[in-house]
Order: sequence, then structure tokens, then C-alpha cells
Amino acid sequence: MGKSVCVIAEFRGGDLRRVSYEVASEGKRIADALGSDLCAVALGSGIAEKAAELGRYGVKKVYIVDDPALENYLAESYVPIIADIIRQCDPAAVLLSASVDGKDLAARLSARLDVGLVQDCTEILVEDGKIRVKKPIFAGKCFAWNEWIEGAMPLISCRPNVMQCLTLSEDQRAEVERVDIPVPETRSRFKSMDLDTSGRVGLSGAEIIVSGGRGMKEAQNFAMLEDLAKLLGAAVGASRAAVDAGWRPHADQVGQTGKVVNPNVYIAVGISGAIQHLAGMGTSKYIVAINKDPDAPIFSKADYGITEDLFKFVPAFTEEVRKLKSTCS
Amino acid sequence: MSKSSATAGKDKTMNVVVVLKQVPDTESAIRIAGDGKSIATEGIKWIVNPYDEFAVEAALRLKAKHGGKVTILSYGPQRVVESIRTALAMGADDAVLIGEDDIESSGRLQLAKAMAAAIRSLNPDLVIMGFRAVDNDMAQRGPMIAEYLGWPHLAFAVSIESDGNQVTIKRPIEGGSVTLESTLPALVTLGGSHAVWNPRFASLPGIMKAKKKPLAVKKLSDFGLDPAQFAPGAGKTRVISLEMPQERQPGRIVDGGLDTEGKARELTRLLHEEAKAI
Ligand SMILES: Cc1cc2nc3c(=O)[nH]c(=O)nc-3n(C[C@H](O)[C@H](O)[C@H](O)COP(=O)(O)OP(=O)(O)OC[C@H]3O[C@@H](n4cnc5c(N)ncnc54)[C@H](O)[C@@H]3O)c2cc1C
Repeated sequence: MGKSVCVIAEFRGGDLRRVSYEVASEGKRIADALGSDLCAVALGSGIAEKAAELGRYGVKKVYIVDDPALENYLAESYVPIIADIIRQCDPAAVLLSASVDGKDLAARLSARLDVGLVQDCTEILVEDGKIRVKKPIFAGKCFAWNEWIEGAMPLISCRPNVMQCLTLSEDQRAEVERVDIPVPETRSRFKSMDLDTSGRVGLSGAEIIVSGGRGMKEAQNFAMLEDLAKLLGAAVGASRAAVDAGWRPHADQVGQTGKVVNPNVYIAVGISGAIQHLAGMGTSKYIVAINKDPDAPIFSKADYGITEDLFKFVPAFTEEVRKLKSTCS
Repeated sequence: MSKSSATAGKDKTMNVVVVLKQVPDTESAIRIAGDGKSIATEGIKWIVNPYDEFAVEAALRLKAKHGGKVTILSYGPQRVVESIRTALAMGADDAVLIGEDDIESSGRLQLAKAMAAAIRSLNPDLVIMGFRAVDNDMAQRGPMIAEYLGWPHLAFAVSIESDGNQVTIKRPIEGGSVTLESTLPALVTLGGSHAVWNPRFASLPGIMKAKKKPLAVKKLSDFGLDPAQFAPGAGKTRVISLEMPQERQPGRIVDGGLDTEGKARELTRLLHEEAKAI
């Protein structure tokens, strides 16, 4: 059996993040294809019990460093520890999530270990024992297939919500090994965390996104989209024009300089479909466009187009969805 | 305010370096070149990577507050000079270009090493740059450079404050945000959007002045680096092919002479029965 494949698991508030299940599942597929085992690395505070749950996804052994000083991610403390563990287990490949922290960690780790990194991969193949990865470039206007030069260890971050989650066995536990590496002194410090407790669906994991553009006319009109989104269990997004106008927070911007999203359904309301917007949502499974201008470029990308005044159409559509939801449940 | 923080809080002039990448205009339609592995660059308009433009803005605001100097650092062929002049016209003071045509094909770690060497020679208090470039979208150069410098880095900032001794940023994470702090020297990468940073335009007088600002074109050897180690293909990864996204089937306009309610009903039906999405 060859060297094992290693995944870096991500914890927040003592809980394993969902993205880590995806990465572990993907890691298991690769380990199987290479005929090797899957191991994991996890840093955090009070995580031993939860780390063992990685066994469900095929992880045999988890190396953990459990220390109150590691409760929150900080590149300066995490990177040296993880690099040490990886050097010791000398894996065939290392996978982690292309989450906000994951990408940051991967980048610095790559320099520290002198290994090649490809970020934000959407597909990983093993062909003739070689790993090849696909990643979007130009915010999804194009895709690049990458491979590693002979003898180089692949470091791969996986785009969230793309890799399939496989549960092998609900009660399979991974062996947990505590690694004794001291937490380094750092010049940077974690000050505070502020979590959104409104219960709103976040853009990055949303199955359905309702997005508004300049056609929404003013901030309070977004209440209409919030209502629709609530019914659909959707997140609310925005075009740059709507964000620049101050109608929506910048974190809601979808596009080349905003978030790249990949939902099942993307509903673009009063958005023209500029190339920079399309770059951020063009890979959605279904695109719905609601626009009063029949020549709006968004229609060329939309699976379902509605040429109507949004102020008339959105309330009517919301009503229909409400009816459907009440008959379904 | 305590005595110690009164002295610690005393503003110092700051030496800020902004790392700038030149990228294809975001308007560009992307085409695959004849080699199947790169982007066709004929007819492409080049711009400052938008996130690096945010970095120029952030640096200029720190300078306005503390005094000091903003230096632009970039790399690549002669065409990059135009993007550097844009940043100088916004108000940066001077610039260094690592003028090696092929440096981008030497691999990402190599490039980060070269940038770190150049930064060391400039001896700044703070380095600011975009958290990603809108072309290859790797989100890795900043942390890599910081690692080679042996400095802390704070990534993906949507706000940056500094008193000349330390830097504080806010960084969005999934479902919230965190506040991080570091003593200087440090490297910060910026996220956010145009709405957050609202980068200034280059004024006409700014453009005139930019032409006279110092722009040093340097070679790798000027930083004590061995050019042989930065040859094309020195990277650990390589692109084997590019692929365009699948063409979408032409969409369907939901109309058929229906009134608003009829269209709403039809869309709901399509999403429910055909797309099975709601
Ligand atoms: C460097 C750079 C980066 C950028 N990054 C992004 C990005 O990340 N995301 C992004 O979105 N954009 C981005 N842009 C901006 C982009 O070019 C467009 O300006 C922007 O997407 C337009 O937003 P919009 O479609 O909401 O507005 P508009 O283009 O003004 O379109 C508004 C639409 O609403 C329709 N409309 C108006 N009233 C109604 C009504 N009552 N009912 C129905 N329809 C109506 C109109 O017909 C029109 O089609 C970027 C631009 C640059 C230069």
C-alpha cells in the first residue's frame, strides 16, 4: 500500500464544518484510486471526540493538536503545526477545503512545504496513478486542468458544495492520535468573531439564490426578494450595481469581483447580465431571468426567461410559490 | 487612555508597498490559444487587478493619515508599466517593476520568492495586495510572499486600520466575520468590493504627474537572485489543458400570450416539475 492521502479538517466552535465531510469523501475516493489509506489532520480546541467522526467518511487515523490557543484559525499558528505533521507523515497528496480559511492556509502551507498548490478545484481525477485537477479561472469563464511535475506532492483545495459527500458508515470512528507540537508564538492575534445569527441562508451554500440588480430601484424593494427567498429557502444576492448603490451589503455581490456561486437555481431579477455578473453565476444549474427588456443579455443565459415588469411579476410569482408550498406540505 | 497606549498609539509615518498584478480586463471574452493551454491574448486590454486597485486605495488612505510613502511593486513585461502608471496617477509615490518577461511562467512559488526579495529591498512597514487576481483566481500569492518574508499575514480584509505600529483588519468568514490584529511589519490582502473600497480614479493632473514619478525597472539579479532558478517551467504544477464551460442550451421565454399570473404559474410549474428545484 502506497503513502496515505491526507485531508485537513476544519473546525469552528468545536464542530467539524460540513466542508470537511466533502473533503474527506473526496480524499477517500482518491485514496481508493491510489490504493492507499486516508488520514486527517485537525487543529482546534476540545475537538478529539468530533475528530473521530471523520471515520464515517473513511478516515482511518486523525492527527490532532488540541489546544485552547488553537480555537480560532490564525495562519501564523496553524501553518507551522500542520506543516510539521505533514512532513512527518509524508502523504501522497493533501486535500483541504477552499473555504475562506482553507484557501489562506493552503497558500501559506504551500510555500512552507515547498509543494505545488492548485486552489478551488471542482474535479479531481486519478489517471495512471497521477492526480489531475480541474479549476475555474476567470471566475468560471474558463477551466484549467492541472497536474504536478514528477515527484511533486499535490496540495489541493476543493471548492465547497461541489464534491459529493459519501457516508461510509454512521458509527465508524477514526483512530485519534494526539500530536505533541507546541503552539508557536505569533505576532498576529485573533481578536473576535462575529457570527450572523439572523438565520438567513448564506450565498455560498445556497441551493437557490434570488438576486436583485439595478432594476430593483431602491433598497426597500429588496423586501420583496427577501419574502420570495424565505418561501424558497433561498439566499439573496445582488449585482454590483445594487451593491454600489448601497442597497445591499458587499458580501451579497455575485460576480467576477464578488462571490462565484453555483446554486441549483439562480433567479436574476432586474439584472441585465453584464459579463462580470455572468462570470459569477454562469454555472448555476437553472437560471431564471426576470427583466422588462427583451434584449437584456441575461436572456441568452437563462433557462427560463420572463419579460415583465418585476414589480408586477415578483409578487405574482411569490403568490404562486406560496400556493405550491401550501399544497406540498 | 492609558499612558502606554498613548505612546504606542502615536502615529508613525508608514512605508507601504502595494503588490500589483496586471490582468486582462474583466470585460474580456476569454478564448483558448492555439496551444490549448493558455489564453489568447491578442486584442486583450490589460488592467490593474481590481483587488490590487483596492490595495492602492487603502495604502493611499493610510498615507493620508500617517504620512509616509506608497511604493508600487509589479512584475512582467513592458506592458505592465501602463498599469503601474495608473497606480502612480492615483497617488502612489514611486514604483519598482521586476522587468522579466517570462517570470510568470516560472511558477507561483518562484514568483512569490522574487516578490519577497524585492520587498525586502524596499524595507516596508506594511505590504498590501489583493487577496486574489481575477485571472487565475488562486488566492495564494499574498500568504506565499508573507511566508518567504517570515512575516505574519492577515488575509481577505474588508477594512484595514493602522497606527503605524500594528494593523487591524476585519475579515468575512462563512456566516460572519472575524477581527484580526498584527504588529508590523505585516502583509495584508484585501477582499471586499468596489463598494467597500471605492478606489479613486486617476485625475488628469495625477496622470501628468505620474509620468515623472520614479519607476525603477529591476532584474532578478539586482535582488541577489539567480535567474536560472526562475526559468519557465520551474514550477511544481503545470496546466495541461484549458476547457470552456459547457454551452448553455438556448433558454425558453415563458410567454405564450399568458398574463402576469399565467406566467407566474407557468414558471412555478417549470421549476417544480421540470427542474424539480422547488
Ligand atoms: C472591474 C469590474 C468588476 C465588476 N464586477 C462585477 C461583479 O462582480 N458583479 C456584477 O454584478 N457586476 C460587476 N461589474 C459591473 C457590471 O459591468 C455591470 O455594471 C453590473 O453587473 C450591472 O448591474 P445590473 O445588471 O444590476 O444593472 P444594469 O446593467 O443597469 O441592469 C438593470 C436591468 O434591470 C432591468 N430593469 C429595470 N427596471 C426593471 C423593472 N421594473 N422590471 C424588470 N426589469 C427591470 C433593465 O432592463 C436592465 O436590464 C464589474 C465591472 C467592472 C468594471
